[in-house]
Order: sequence, then C-alpha cells, then structure tokens
Amino acid sequence: MTSTKKDPVIVVLQLTGGNDYMNTVIPYSDPLYYENRPNVGYKMEDIIKVDDNLGFMPAMGPIKEMYDQGKVAVIHGIGYPDSPRSHFRSMDIWHTCEPDKVGTEGWAGRVARELDPNKENVLTAINFGHGLPRALAVPGVPVAAISDLGTYGLLTGISDQDQRAKALDLFSRMYSPTVGGSFVTDYLRSTGTEAMIGADIVKVAPERYSSNVEYPSSAIAQHLRDIAQVYMADLGTRVFYTQHASFDTHAGEYAAHPALWKDISEGVSAFFEDLKEHNTGENVIMYLFSEFGRRVRDNGSGTDHGAAGVAFAIGDGVKGGMYGEYPSREAKDLEQGDLVPNYDFRGAYTTIVEDWFGMDATPIVNGNFEKMGYLK
Amino acid sequence: MSNKEDLALMAHLMRRAGFGATWEELEALVDKGYDAVVDELVDPPADRHGGKAELLIRYYPGCLLPGGNPVMGQANWLYNMVSTDKPLEEKMALFWHHVFATGNSKLDNCDQMLTQIQMFRELGMGNYQELILELSKNPAMIYWLDNNENHRDAVNENWGRELLELFTMGVSNYTEVDVREASRAFTGWTITPKLPRQPYGRYPWRFEYREADHDFGEKTFLGQTGNFNGEDIIDIVVKEPATARFICRHLYNFFVADEPQVPAWTIEPARDEEALDNMCNVFEESNYEIREVLRFMLKSDFFKEARFQKIKSPAEVVASTMKMVGSYQFPDPGLARICREPGYMGQDILDPPSVEGWHTGSEWINSGSLLARINFVADSVNKTDLPGMQNIISRMKGEGITTPDELLEGCLDSMGFLALSDETREQLSTHANEGGNLDWSDEAAAAERIAEMMALVGATTEYQFA
Repeated sequence: MTSTKKDPVIVVLQLTGGNDYMNTVIPYSDPLYYENRPNVGYKMEDIIKVDDNLGFMPAMGPIKEMYDQGKVAVIHGIGYPDSPRSHFRSMDIWHTCEPDKVGTEGWAGRVARELDPNKENVLTAINFGHGLPRALAVPGVPVAAISDLGTYGLLTGISDQDQRAKALDLFSRMYSPTVGGSFVTDYLRSTGTEAMIGADIVKVAPERYSSNVEYPSSAIAQHLRDIAQVYMADLGTRVFYTQHASFDTHAGEYAAHPALWKDISEGVSAFFEDLKEHNTGENVIMYLFSEFGRRVRDNGSGTDHGAAGVAFAIGDGVKGGMYGEYPSREAKDLEQGDLVPNYDFRGAYTTIVEDWFGMDATPIVNGNFEKMGYLK
Repeated sequence: MSNKEDLALMAHLMRRAGFGATWEELEALVDKGYDAVVDELVDPPADRHGGKAELLIRYYPGCLLPGGNPVMGQANWLYNMVSTDKPLEEKMALFWHHVFATGNSKLDNCDQMLTQIQMFRELGMGNYQELILELSKNPAMIYWLDNNENHRDAVNENWGRELLELFTMGVSNYTEVDVREASRAFTGWTITPKLPRQPYGRYPWRFEYREADHDFGEKTFLGQTGNFNGEDIIDIVVKEPATARFICRHLYNFFVADEPQVPAWTIEPARDEEALDNMCNVFEESNYEIREVLRFMLKSDFFKEARFQKIKSPAEVVASTMKMVGSYQFPDPGLARICREPGYMGQDILDPPSVEGWHTGSEWINSGSLLARINFVADSVNKTDLPGMQNIISRMKGEGITTPDELLEGCLDSMGFLALSDETREQLSTHANEGGNLDWSDEAAAAERIAEMMALVGATTEYQFA
C-alpha cells in the first residue's frame, strides 16, 4: 500500500467527435442491434461478453480486464434532452453544463477554482494537448497546457544562464498584473505569469520519473504518460485533462472506431499499470465521455450524429459495474432515429464533485441532478 | 522618407491583408498610396505570382504531392504564405480554411487538401455563390463531410447540416427538416475513383454527379418547394440575409477585430453593428462579390482604427516572423521543422480540430501556446545571419542608432511599427539602458544586442496582437 494518502485527483479523457455508444458497449443479445447495424456492426462471436446482454467491442480487451477487477463503471444512456446533434454545440454543453445558453465557464475549471481558490498552485489543473478545452476555461483560473512535457519552458533558446535569468526577470515584470487593463491584456498577463511559474515547477517531473511500464506510441498514450509523470512528481495537480480524436465516424467506422478504442484501451491500461507499479493511484479516477452517441441505424459505412451515449469511470476509487439502463432500441422509443438519453450528464459530474471532491456540486453543474453511486 | 504614421498604417494593412511586410516593402507601398495598394491587393495585377513554386520543388520535392505526409503539406502552404506576391489572395485562402475547415486527420491525403487550398486562392475573392458551389463539388470537402456516402436511399446529413450551420446561415435559422431536405438535394454528389488506399496508393479524386443515386423527389427547403438539386439549395441559401451577416461577421472577425466565438453569434451582438451592416449591404448590392466587401472593409475607417485589436493566429505569428527575418528567400533548410510551429501554437494548418475550425481571439492563448509563440520569435531573431535580420541590423547601423532608447525604437519599427503601453516601454527601456549604448565597432556584439531586444519585444503582450 502507499505511504501517504493524497488529495483526490481526476483525469478527464474526452472522446472527441461523438463516440458510437452502440458499437462500444454492445447490446449483443438484442436482435435489433444486428438489424440496425448491417454494415458497421460486430458479429456476436467477436464481442467481448460482459454479462448476459452487454459486451465490449473487440478492441476493449484491456478495459475488460480492469472491469473484471471491479475498477470500471459503465454509465449508460448519458446525455441531455433535445440533443442539437452538432459537435460544436454539444461539446460546449458538456463542457459548460449550459444546455440552453452559451456558457463561458467550464465545469472542470470550476472544480479547480474550488480546489485552489487563492491560486496558490498554477498547476492545479493541466490540459495535456494543444489549446485549452472549454471545460477548463474559467476566467481567473490558471490552467497549464502541456503538449509535450519534454520541451516545456520559456525562452529556452537563450543558452547563457545569466542572460536568460535577466530576460525572465524582465518578462515577469512585463507580465505582472496592472490596474485598468482590458480583459484580453489581463488574460495575457496572467497566462504569461502562470506559464513561467508552471514551466519552472513542472520541469522536475521527468527528472523524478522512472518506470518499467512501456506506453504505446499513440498520441493519447503519450499524453497519459506525461500525466503519470506529473502526478507522481507530487506537484499538487488535481485536475488532468486530455482528449483523443476523432470519433466522428460517419464513414469508414468499421476501420476507424476499433483503432481509436485500441489506442484508448492500451493507453489507459498502461497508465493504471504505471501507477500500480509505483504503489500509488488510489486517489486517481479517470472519467471518459463523448459529446453524443450516434444514430441507431448505420448509414452504410458509418453512423450519423445521435443523442444518448456512454461514459466510463475507471480507478481504484470506482465501484465497478453497469450503472443505469441501456436505452430502448425499439423504433417506437427512438427520437429522430436516436437512443433517448435517460441519465443527465450533470448527474455524473455531481457524483464526482460531491462524492470524490467533497464539494457542493450545484454551482458547478448549474443545478441539482441525480447522482449515480459509482464511486466508493 | 515616408511619414512614420503612414508606414505604421501600411504595416497594419499588410499584417491583416497579408503576412506582414519588411520596412523596405512598406516604404515602397506608402509611395503608391493606401487606396491604390488596397486595389492591388483585391485585384492583383496579372504579372503578380503566387508562391515561388520552382524553388520549393527544387529544395523540397516532396511538397508538391505530399500524399499522406502532413508535414510536407504544411511546408508547401507555409512557404506559399511567405513567398507570394499576392498576399491577400493567400490570406483569403487561410480565411476560407478557417471557415470551411477541412482536415487531413480524416482525409489522410494532403494532395487533396492542397487542391482545396488552391481552389480557395482562385475563387476566394470572387463570387460567393460560385465559391460555395465549387466547395460542394470539392473532393476533399465531399470526403470530409461524407457526401460520398449520401445516397438516394440512405441520406447522410453531414454535409447538408454543416452547409447550413457553418458555411452559410449559422444555427437557429433553419429546421431539422431543412437539413434533411438539403441533404437529399445533394444525394449523388460524390467523388471518383473510390479506390482503396491499399494496394493502389492514393488516386487523385475528382467530383462526379451520379444521376442514378440522386433523389429527384420533391423537397421543401426554407419555405420553398420544388424538385431541388444541390445548385438550387445554394441559390436559395446564398440569398438569405442570415448568410450575408454570417459571412461578413466571419470577415470582420478575421480581418478587423476579434469577435466572440461563433456559437455566441446568435446571442451576442456584433462588436460594431454599423460596420457589419455596411459590409452586408456591400455584399448584397454587389451580388455577393467577396472582393467588393474586402475593398470596402480595408478602406474603411473602422478597419484603419482597429490596429492591434486582434490576437494573431499561429499561422500569422509564424509566417510574419519568417518574412521579418527573411528565412523564406529560398526554402529554408529548416522549413520542415518550422512548418510544425503553428501546430505547437494550437493551429495545425491543413488539419483543424474539427469542422468548426479553430476558436480564435484570446482562445489562441494558453500557457502552452504563449510559450511556443514567444520562444519561436526569440529563436528566429537570434539567427542574425539571416538576410532579413542582416537588413534590419545594417539599416540601424546606417541610421546611426546608438542610444538604448534608439535601439528600442528601431526594434519596434522593424517589427511592424509596434505600439507599446507606457509601462512596457519603460520596462524595456530600463533593460536596454542597463546594457548601455550600442557599440558598432564590434558589429557582432551590436547584432546580438539587437536580436536580444527584438526577442524581448516579441515576448511582450503587445506583440501578440496584429
């Protein structure tokens, strides 16, 4: 067991583009599945059976192993009413918990603000990848964005250390806060300051890290390896965010979708193995989601934008199993040909915010939503 | 000697309507006169050429048909950005790439991406209806939004939806039924040949209309009923006032000043409603000629007054820095490395994150991308032997720049007549004064001082704006 009990940590893994729920967790005992998926469905014998009715798609072997250890919760039928079926809009809704208007604050950024209200640690939340997902965007909340841990730093090209120190000193003065600046200038200044401090702190992570676990070469596995390094360096990061793309399988789904899930399954498995090797990770859960599921009936070579989807929670702190109900595939129960969500995504966030982080979820998810008992 | 204010205004125009210009180029342009320069930008004279392809092919033959190699595709385009003599044509190609965001992540075919970009060069300043019709026949777009899977008996809504949501009217101006009907009208609009990659390799795609796969049934679209084909849908949708507003707001956001992100457009008023109205009027009165909106916009006071009101996109940061230091005069041996820089700053050209393109403005900035921007400029100006840097240095020497404040001023002017806040100016001036006067008797040391000062100017918040 580990030596110290640490603060709760979350790793959010976004499946960008609309993951096909029905080809991820497959209702294999239902004839309607095979009827609706003549072109991009799996054969009964290829599906990894989980129980008498549901199975994982063939590329999810490593996830199934963790499932058997009781570490994977599958959250069924997740979504929200009246899916706009637009990537853009739907991802915004998942990020901001605002289905009716354009939100400006992200739920994970709000969690970071609650965790570190006085901005004592610029590394409380980190996105691994390019850009800043709206889920982490909250004015005044510093979020580091690290596309590659190995090359992270400011004015790293100045080789003379004395000269670089002077340049960094000037930089810190130029980016110090001012009175009466515009929103954009203030944002630039705080981002620059945080970037400099964060880069300085985070450079210890690769130095402290050594591991026997070999991660695959996929982009998502490399991000997860960077996350493991920063987590194990004890820098106080509590919200890790990363994504994998593109799950927008309108066409060519039969080739693309298993490749994506192979990347995810192998990467996630290596990540948890790495934590285990280092006797740590009991305070880490991972949460996987996508902006919507896809249409029940395939379109010949892929599937179009749908509504209800599936989310996963993984980790030692998770009570493994199936949660909620798979929405009906009966034609009469579909809306515009799509599975109807029966569980609000903000309930899944509420579970994390209250039962994992011990905070009041209402102001974070914009309301009160039913929790799901998938955490220990 | 040109007046400094004229030079600064011309620098503004060339940053927005191109990828920046050197001091010498700005002086020549000021002599021509502002309005004449705008007219040449929107109507390039016949003797102007695009990117210097022959040099690119000699040094980077893989750039011509990069196939599945995105780096070579990006190198091709970036080189065109910095070497073109028709800067606005190239900038408009980037503009349409932002709006009609198509990505190699799905195509795995940079040849087709570059063909699409070439189409934007040729039609990007022309008639909007012609452009959108050509777009709906563009093989990269057809494949990107799956219209090759949109069949008479199995409608795929991807292209039909994005045509309305992202390329013409914007959300909330149409119904789900309109999406369905538009999609039906584009059934049979496909590409050929559809040979698998293995074992044949990549075949160049071309548009094909398959009558047998087209749904000839009656359709009702935006209140009109008829036996519509794709051309009819475009004819109807282009004339919608929502389309003029949507496209002009995109132009304003790209060329004039940062607007909120696109999803907020149905809710947030425009930054300058009057300017937007005027642009829409010009667009509609000219029968949807993009060129005329550009001409009007670039000559307007609202444009001239919008100096440094936009955060530079990563492509702008990289291309304008390359132009400044002159690493483009023949393809830089590091081109294959440099062309990845916009991606490190959050803009993988030829590979936007999704069909909605990139979020712009302050969303370009996060701690990772800001570090990448600052580091790139610093590393570039540090190469003092590059021809652009040599020009800057010898010009400063020729003008007898000696004192620390003259040094700072010379660097600001060399970097696009950048305006600084009093505070930043004082901090940079203090730093410059600590180093004392420039000593031209040791030219290498003087060059290093200039490079250092330019790197620090490049690290200011002010330099992040165009």
